[in-house]
Amino acid sequence: MLDIECAGAEVEETIKRIQSQKGVQGIIIVNAEGIPIKSTLDNSSTVQYAGNVHQLLMKARGMVRDIDPQNDLTFLRVRSKKNEIMIAPDKDYFLIVIQNPTE
Amino acid sequence: MGNEEMNQKTKHMLQAPNVNSHQKAAVAKGVKAIGKKKDEEEGLDTAEGEEWMQGKTLVKPPDQLDLTEAELNEEITRVLKASNPNAPQNVVRYSFKEGCYKPIVFVDQMAIHFELEGNLVHKESDEGRRLMAKQAEVDDGGGVERPDNVAIKAAKREQKLTNQFNFNERASQTLNNTPRDISCQTEPPPRANFSATANQWEIYDFYVEELQRREKSKEKHEGQFLNKEEDKSKKKMIQAETQNDDISQLAKVVKIIERMVNQNIFDDVAQDFMYFEDASDEFRGEKGTLLPLWTFQYDKAKSLSVTALCWNHKYNDLFAVGLGSHEFTQQGGGMLLFYTLKNPSYPEFIFNTASGVMCLDIHEHLSYLVAVGLYDGCVAVYNLKKKTDQPIYNSRASSGKHTSAVMQVKWQKDDLDSNHNFISVSADGRLVSWTLVKHELVFTEIIKLPVIDTIPDDLKDVIPTVGTSLDFHKQKDYSFLVGTEHGKIHKGSKYYSSKFLEKYDAHFMNVTRVKWNPFHPDVFISCGWDWMVKIWDQTMKSPVFTFELKTSVTDVAWAPYSSTVFAAVTTDGKVHVFDLNINKYEALCQQKVVSKKTKLFNIEFNPVHPIIIVGDDRGHVTSLKLSPNLRKKPKEKKGQDLPKGPEVEIAKMEQLLSSMR
Repeated sequence: MLDIECAGAEVEETIKRIQSQKGVQGIIIVNAEGIPIKSTLDNSSTVQYAGNVHQLLMKARGMVRDIDPQNDLTFLRVRSKKNEIMIAPDKDYFLIVIQNPTE
Repeated sequence: MGNEEMNQKTKHMLQAPNVNSHQKAAVAKGVKAIGKKKDEEEGLDTAEGEEWMQGKTLVKPPDQLDLTEAELNEEITRVLKASNPNAPQNVVRYSFKEGCYKPIVFVDQMAIHFELEGNLVHKESDEGRRLMAKQAEVDDGGGVERPDNVAIKAAKREQKLTNQFNFNERASQTLNNTPRDISCQTEPPPRANFSATANQWEIYDFYVEELQRREKSKEKHEGQFLNKEEDKSKKKMIQAETQNDDISQLAKVVKIIERMVNQNIFDDVAQDFMYFEDASDEFRGEKGTLLPLWTFQYDKAKSLSVTALCWNHKYNDLFAVGLGSHEFTQQGGGMLLFYTLKNPSYPEFIFNTASGVMCLDIHEHLSYLVAVGLYDGCVAVYNLKKKTDQPIYNSRASSGKHTSAVMQVKWQKDDLDSNHNFISVSADGRLVSWTLVKHELVFTEIIKLPVIDTIPDDLKDVIPTVGTSLDFHKQKDYSFLVGTEHGKIHKGSKYYSSKFLEKYDAHFMNVTRVKWNPFHPDVFISCGWDWMVKIWDQTMKSPVFTFELKTSVTDVAWAPYSSTVFAAVTTDGKVHVFDLNINKYEALCQQKVVSKKTKLFNIEFNPVHPIIIVGDDRGHVTSLKLSPNLRKKPKEKKGQDLPKGPEVEIAKMEQLLSSMR
């Protein structure tokens, strides 16, 4: 029990650290159904990001696994002119971080 | 057949007149049986003819049978039957009950010879009465009622039509029930839309899950009785997990994201680390530079100074930092931190220790075992795999623990019982070997450092010789070197516990580090507070090379890629890099890497990458990249393949040594 509690606290701490890093604009945690459960952005942006990223993630993951079923997606970076969107999937959740790297 | 018989008999009659009466009687009886008038008539005719012809001669018809006398005399019995010879005798009807054809025994034997339908109607019958009524009305002159008229007309018509078949058409109108629709509607079965994709990986996933399920069921079958309790506790655990599964599952993912974010922030540093090669080195002649890369610092370690650094051999980006204090007066807690180059902003592992960490060593093969020596004389072993903050072994309670600060720990190869063990040297002058047996640290004293002559005899047992540094030979791991506070270096062997093999008068002051050359078996380097760095050949009493760096040298390290390259750090914050192959007298690089008044205490080369890390007294660790000049391999002659391998390095060193002798 203690281990699980510690893990939860550690994760919270890590998220806070990420949030405080240079250039990070927002963090969104989305569950397997595409519903955001935690976010540091406003509601509309969160929903927008979550929905779009979910589709992209499924597609990317499908592609990787289709080519080799024993392979799996570790992370996805989408770099655009203004910022970079980093997506890291897990079995039941995925994490989106939007960062402006050149800041 | 009958005819012939009759003919035969009549002929018989003609020839034998005395049988006449018989014949006539037979003929008379045979009427019914045969039923042929012609025969009867013929018989009668012939009988009459016969009487008429009695007086005349016998006339035989041409086709008469010739019979013998016996045959003629033969009596033939004729039987009258009531059966109809023309009726079929073998009528078969299909019986549905038995499912087969069955012969019908009783066949209708009635033979109808003549049939005539009469036109007489009985007076009392319905039709008779009707007709009579009709006739009466016709006689009366007709009634007034309409239906009667219709009836009369119909009767007239009927009378007119003489239909042989007496056809009657009868029609009646029945009451039609009004049709009604009765229907019932049932509730449709509940429907749900199901859709799925059948990709290669979905199929693979399913199979993997299936395999796992089967394995689990096998395990369950095997350990059913024993594991019942375990299962119960597991169930509780699973329930607890599902309640708290919100965020803790994300641990791994969050880690990846953190690293990604850091990679973005320190993107230029990462690029430099991988790809940057200082082009200006070509113009600098022999000299090289150190390019600062990442700086690792931890908030809570601000007041502590770096006392030990160690790279992990398995994961080349992971290194350990021991934090404590060198000052005798400023002793507090200590820390053990692990950083990875992939995440420069926060340590991977953090351990708090009760006392300042003085030294640490990571096991060569089991890179999760870390041995730590503390200022209060304890040694502890941490297991990185376990999530606890506490070491798995601690010599706190052990009886043989050091009474003074542990200056150096080094892992050894597993002993005969395949227990892990390490050796520590401490300020109390003892070399002790610790073995990890089950849950305990078992100590074995190896040797005690010899006391110097200046101490009077009676105090020899009391005042120990502080051992400051320890290093084991790379190939012959029983052979080791110990540096002492008095500036002496003792060479010893694990097999000799009473005496040291050799003693070198190395420095005037504290020997801070002694290290064997990773390639050449006879060469080692030492540095001390007397500003000197000396390179020795173990066979010789005096050093082969001596370098003076303007301040106290706190640490020195050999490069893992070359036998002639080493680096040293001093208290003025400078890093000195030497390559003996290129320049035997001067450093190739003397660079200040930290800010003013920061002392550097430790330096370590990365086993794989061309970077070094230096630890300072502010608790910061700085990583630096070696410029190409500092990493030179010997120039190959034209046309010759560049030889690689440790032999080359050894040969290089040997060459140097021989040149100095």
